[in-house]
Amino acid sequence: MLQQHLAILPILIPLFAALLQLLPWGNRPQPKRRAIGLLASILTLIAAVALLVEVQQQDMLVYLLGNWDAPFGIVLMVDRLSALMMLITAVLALPVLIYGCYAEDNLGSHFQALYQFQIMGIMGAFATGDIFNLFVFFEVLLISSYALMMHGGGKFRVRATLHYVLLNLLGSALFLISIGVLYGVTGTLNMADMAVKIQSLTGDQAMLAKAGSLMLLIVFGLKAAILPLHFWLPQAYSTTTGVVAALFAIMTKVGVYSIIRVYSLIFGADANELALVAHDWLWIMGLLTLVAGAIGILAARDLRLMVAYLVVISVGTLVAAFSLSSAATTGATLFYLIHSTFITAALFLLADLMAFERGKTASRIVSGKKMANHSTYATFFLIGAIAIIGLPPLSGFVSKLMILESAAANGHNFWLWGAIIGATFVMLVAVTRAGSKMIWHTLSGKASEQSAPLGKRIALASLLSLTLLISIFANPIRQYTDAVADQLTDVDSYPVHVLKRAGGEHE
Amino acid sequence: METLYSVTVGILTACSIFLILRGRSFPVVVGITMLSYAVNLFLFSTGRLTIDGAPILGTQDSYADPLPQALVLTAIVIGFAMTAYSIILAVRTRGEVGTDEVSDSDSSSEGKR
Repeated sequence: MLQQHLAILPILIPLFAALLQLLPWGNRPQPKRRAIGLLASILTLIAAVALLVEVQQQDMLVYLLGNWDAPFGIVLMVDRLSALMMLITAVLALPVLIYGCYAEDNLGSHFQALYQFQIMGIMGAFATGDIFNLFVFFEVLLISSYALMMHGGGKFRVRATLHYVLLNLLGSALFLISIGVLYGVTGTLNMADMAVKIQSLTGDQAMLAKAGSLMLLIVFGLKAAILPLHFWLPQAYSTTTGVVAALFAIMTKVGVYSIIRVYSLIFGADANELALVAHDWLWIMGLLTLVAGAIGILAARDLRLMVAYLVVISVGTLVAAFSLSSAATTGATLFYLIHSTFITAALFLLADLMAFERGKTASRIVSGKKMANHSTYATFFLIGAIAIIGLPPLSGFVSKLMILESAAANGHNFWLWGAIIGATFVMLVAVTRAGSKMIWHTLSGKASEQSAPLGKRIALASLLSLTLLISIFANPIRQYTDAVADQLTDVDSYPVHVLKRAGGEHE
Repeated sequence: METLYSVTVGILTACSIFLILRGRSFPVVVGITMLSYAVNLFLFSTGRLTIDGAPILGTQDSYADPLPQALVLTAIVIGFAMTAYSIILAVRTRGEVGTDEVSDSDSSSEGKR
């Protein structure tokens, strides 16, 4: 019974948790809301693990909502990629929520419920197999993110949120236009069905579909923060609270996921006239995003801003590597995606803790007071820096090595090697400078007396320890991501799975 | 009818883009509202324009596509809620920052919480 509905559980659990949290819970509602939130996050994690196991056995779970047959009703399509992304989200959500439960959720109202709605939207975007439903889940996650980004209030935060909201409203409008164009041309919204219909387009129809697909690229590029559309990210991520920024580490990955999904399934290598329509753009824009991120990181004078640019760099790496469109690079790219999500989230939390304990100097990269837990943060910073820069032996090194190695088989490797290694060097310089300024060059005198709660440090440590786990279990993880990549290249298997119940009589 | 319809959508979109490129948040919000009207009309036309056609098969010779109507309905609901939210946010920004200029007037704001 539960097995049958497994695909929708990661969406339903956060939804019900959020609804419960919104109920009036007496005079002191916060402890109860926290308990519900933590329980829901644990349940979501269990459901995500179960999904991953299930997907390994039977390739793809297809869940017909309301039991309407596939191309007519909305369908959830959990393949290996979706299951992986959902597991990443669930694993990230738990420690970040634990961190948030230490009084961070008192800064504004309904943090806990918004958090669960956010998770619901992200899970839904990963699970859905219908492109209009993808838009709806994008809106669900965006609406919660608008409110979460405002969490805590303040002048700069409100303004950054206004920019973020207006940009994303524009993005949503473009999303609708491109969906409209694609629907007008293909007559379907189901992604697997659309992949079939796209193959037979020719002439004017193909040109229309191409326009639609490139407009979609703008939308996803905005979410993922690819070069000309990345300017909102540093300001938004560096002004919001640490918890929210850490959760948002997965948000750019939603954009990257959508790019991977749409441009490998619908506009993949089999799409005849529209084959790999966006890959040239992705290649150039990915490389330029890498460069832009590297420049930004050198210019950043605030640790939070620096981490925000590290997110931009990781997006650039992901997009450029994906655009090479070979199974091996895609496998390596997904491995890097796992690593970069966790490590950037951990760095946002670390910047938040350091800012709290440094007091007045906050997270600006200047010498300040000695922190109360100085040596702990120094260790965390060292681990985080090694992982994000990509020095041996942690996961950053492993994943970058995988990308470079798999790219070597392609003709383009000079540019990708140059960009990634160059960005790595710049990251090394910038992160080392930040670390030495903030941790070694402390002012003489007493250490700060503000000490962050132990639970926050433990939550951060557990997030950071994931980088160790990824390095140790690199082989099984890589085998899984390779399996994901194989499934993505096997476009023909999607219609078989998704449309199998739709008999020929409706056509 | 197609010409009139497409010209209407085109003019709405052009005006909204002009408004979105303005430097103050109020015209931008109005522009985004207008853009959402244009988008809704556009979505409606993706099922092809038919007159006097019920969205039911087998009752008449010509029938309308029901799906774009459902899409437009969803888009209207979401668009309306988001417009309301962005207006509140713009008002609050006006109150807290003291100006409704969209651009950063002071570069010193960078990085401060």
